[in-house]
Amino acid sequence: MGRKLLLEHANVPGIETFDVYRKHGGYTSVEKALKTMSPEDVVEEVKTATLKGRGGAGFPAGMKWSFIAKPEGVPRYLLCNADESEPGTFKDRYLMQYLPHLLIEGMIVSSYALGANQAYIYIRGEYMFVLRIMEKAIAEAYEKGFLGKNILGSGFDLDLSIAPGGGAYICGEETALIESLEGKRGNPRMKPPFPAVQGLWQCPTVVNNVETLATVVPIINMSAAEYIKIGTEQSKGTKLISASGNLVRGGVYEIELGLSVEEFIYGDDYCRGIKDGKKIKALVPGGSSVPILPAHLITKTANGDQRLMSYESLSDGGFATGSMLGSGGFIVFDEDQCIVRNTWNFARFYAHESCGQCSPCREGTGWMEKVLNRIEHGQGNMRDIDLLADINKKIEGNTICPLGDAAAWPVAAAIRHFREEFEWHVTNPQEAVTRNYGLLKSVTA
Amino acid sequence: MRLEITEQKRPELSEAAKAEIARVIGHYPEGRQKSAILRVMHIVEEEAGGWLSPDTMDMIAEILNITPIEVYEVATFYTMFNLQPVGKYVFEVCRTGPCMLVGSDNIITYIENKLDIKVGGTSADGMFTLKTSECLGACGYGPMLQCGEEFHEFLTPEKVDELIEACRRGEIKGNKVI
Repeated sequence: MGRKLLLEHANVPGIETFDVYRKHGGYTSVEKALKTMSPEDVVEEVKTATLKGRGGAGFPAGMKWSFIAKPEGVPRYLLCNADESEPGTFKDRYLMQYLPHLLIEGMIVSSYALGANQAYIYIRGEYMFVLRIMEKAIAEAYEKGFLGKNILGSGFDLDLSIAPGGGAYICGEETALIESLEGKRGNPRMKPPFPAVQGLWQCPTVVNNVETLATVVPIINMSAAEYIKIGTEQSKGTKLISASGNLVRGGVYEIELGLSVEEFIYGDDYCRGIKDGKKIKALVPGGSSVPILPAHLITKTANGDQRLMSYESLSDGGFATGSMLGSGGFIVFDEDQCIVRNTWNFARFYAHESCGQCSPCREGTGWMEKVLNRIEHGQGNMRDIDLLADINKKIEGNTICPLGDAAAWPVAAAIRHFREEFEWHVTNPQEAVTRNYGLLKSVTA
Repeated sequence: MRLEITEQKRPELSEAAKAEIARVIGHYPEGRQKSAILRVMHIVEEEAGGWLSPDTMDMIAEILNITPIEVYEVATFYTMFNLQPVGKYVFEVCRTGPCMLVGSDNIITYIENKLDIKVGGTSADGMFTLKTSECLGACGYGPMLQCGEEFHEFLTPEKVDELIEACRRGEIKGNKVI
């Protein structure tokens, strides 16, 4: 078992309350930062820790913070992105549900670093029960003097509140999140200007994922120098992984980056292998938008190296033979699953969630869904497979936000690695309707 | 989404709802009250029996001191809001990849047969509406559905039966009947 920096106390009874959380070392990073460090020191520490954004894009958090504009007399805002909607990802929900004070603690320290006196958590509307847990914790933190005016006598003020979304994947994109928090439709904005210059209400704004903000706590507590001793050369610290699909034991796990994929899937401390003794057929390691990996590229890279749970190892081989760590949404497919059906399912998701602002995405995701739907249901032809690749190219890189890319990548990867399965659906239309390809032919490791 | 006009008079807000609305508007700076719109819509929808009629949306516009179109455009963008009447209990079954891998299609079919409705429909007695939803963030605990604010996870046909019975016995919080 690796070290746990975030979830260490997740199972302690009552840890969602201030007193129990405090008794287990909670809020010490706030004391340390506010009493012994300058805001710049905190930013430097997070930079030194090379903390990458845990929401999916992996952009260095410290660098994002250092971009924030500081015009005189203009308020700055910290927004926590809790709109967790990437299929396969449910770690932020777990963290907020069981350790609400950890997020609050991380947000206090982060707001201090940024000079923000107002912070908001934007949580997806479907997590209303989590919002209520968070609101209770926020009220406790106010009561205990960790939020509000003059926190711990430091002179630093912070107000924090939480706002729900209304059911829109796109609001996880940071500028769409800002639009939504302004009370509008979640249409992403053109960049530049970046939120660090003009974000919420045109003021300098930083948007960070729940897990990213929570990770600031152990970094400050243990120091960046200690933090970077955990992990691999390019992936430091720990990461929450949401494991789902055909596993014996799915759920949320905190891993040390650099753990082998094999250990994570089959190890007793983790997922304990594939359900019902079946074989693994494919893996989507970082949420629905990252490329799917076929069985022979899961535990080993194309070079034959051991595949590790790290940013660099999961992307080893580029999109040809690799994938991405992304949000850590780890979806496992057993030998009986149909890749065409799953690809259609994901395409339907993106078609449903496209905001409709950019035509390549609005039209393209809809067409991909239609074409995949007809292949899956035995009405496709061979040209359709190339048509998908063509639509893909026309979406990728041609949209304001990354949703277009996120929709295109999984389709391209599925065809790259499982083309024969798509062809089988075309040549066996009758069986494509009545039987699952996965049940006919298994790709084994 | 197309906005079909179904008439319903605006609801009489409870004192608790009014206080809650005032509280959430207070989270934003002076003049930025529009930011509270989604939260206010959730609160008012609950007061209005689980859906928002145009007249109810006009009321939200008045509360926030914005134009009605600003509410309509938000209501038609975010999928959580029901713009047509729904049953007392709304089952939203997650249909996205990870849930599909563990059998959400079977759960959807089972509910359709059990309640004799199709996805999008409401049972004849007005008790149940069945909807599908995109990923609800319970991927490791599927198949699952959301009813009100609650998640019901690791579903089996037996668990669905139990849930339906619990709803019929009034043990699960449902939409207000207006």
